[in-house]
Amino acid sequence: MANATLEHDAVQHGLPGAYEAPLFGAYSKKVGMWLFLASDSLTFGALLFAFSYNRIYTAWPTPFHVESIINATIMTACLLSSSLTMVMAVFAAQRGDRAWTRNWLLATMVFGTAFIVLHGMEWSKLISEGLTIPGFPKPASAAAGELADISKNVPQFPATFFGLTAMHMLHVTIGVIYLGVVAFRKWFLPVLGVLWIAGYLLIPSENVFHYGIHALLIGLIISAVILFLKPKDYDANDVEVAGLYWHFVDLVWMFIFPLVYLMSTKIT
Amino acid sequence: MHEVATHAATHDDSKGQYFWVWGALLVLTAVEVVLGYKQIFEPVRMLEALLVLSIIKSALIIGYFMHLKFERAIMRWMLVLSVTACFIIMYFFFFPDAGRILRLGVQ
Repeated sequence: MANATLEHDAVQHGLPGAYEAPLFGAYSKKVGMWLFLASDSLTFGALLFAFSYNRIYTAWPTPFHVESIINATIMTACLLSSSLTMVMAVFAAQRGDRAWTRNWLLATMVFGTAFIVLHGMEWSKLISEGLTIPGFPKPASAAAGELADISKNVPQFPATFFGLTAMHMLHVTIGVIYLGVVAFRKWFLPVLGVLWIAGYLLIPSENVFHYGIHALLIGLIISAVILFLKPKDYDANDVEVAGLYWHFVDLVWMFIFPLVYLMSTKIT
Repeated sequence: MHEVATHAATHDDSKGQYFWVWGALLVLTAVEVVLGYKQIFEPVRMLEALLVLSIIKSALIIGYFMHLKFERAIMRWMLVLSVTACFIIMYFFFFPDAGRILRLGVQ
């Protein structure tokens, strides 16, 4: 049908060949997003391979107690549920229901934010107990203990764990900002600004997220540039393309959760 | 674009399948957690089981949530085959070396 429509348009415009039927039968934004996701999957693939490669020849620690596994399971449920609400947002957008598109996108953002907050709490707990990030200042409480020993004896573990999960957390953060821009456009910018300032002021300076919160500032600047340079009313196709990105973030976690958490479970 | 709109109209009638997929993903996650925490299998067998479950989950997400199942065959095959080929190449670069280290011993 896409072929027929495009060929018909070409004839109407009197430009045969100018509007060539797309090979994939999909609009260019969607194909572009798929190609980006294919390349991004290789980024995560390389990080997962690096994690697995390290654990093959190292006495790999199993530091995740039951609390960590419960936390990571709730995070997984949040992401899976956010994918369902994202599908509902795409349906609402395709039937032209703007209010419900916004509501479902907001629900997706809430689940995504819950994931980030839970993950941030998990990180903070691990760091305070001694699983420190190479190159970052260590809190006083991280000087001794089981996790401090792991950081000292198997530095590959915190390096690959934080590298991999930080990359994923960054993707989720970008996803929440992306959905916010699609759902609320310019109205989302002040919200992002307030969240950035509040986060910077409220998170203690010894916490790694005191610096990590600046990702919101970068997101704010990029979103503002996009929204002011090319103001537009995002349509159903834009929502669908944003959905592809969001589902990809969910998909990557389906590999990180078992490989990083479940394979390093501490049985007590 | 028109084709997408037609698909949407078709799938909007069967929203229920997405709830089934979501439920299946949650159940598979619960199975993974039980396998991981109870340590039913030895580590290598566990890794294989968890990877198989993860691949099933990712296939459900890609096929249904990302709608790849409803795209043209050429798009499906191009994306799946190219990404899989890249992962296979990565595997052959990384893991023979890891195995060699294992046989020689870590200095």
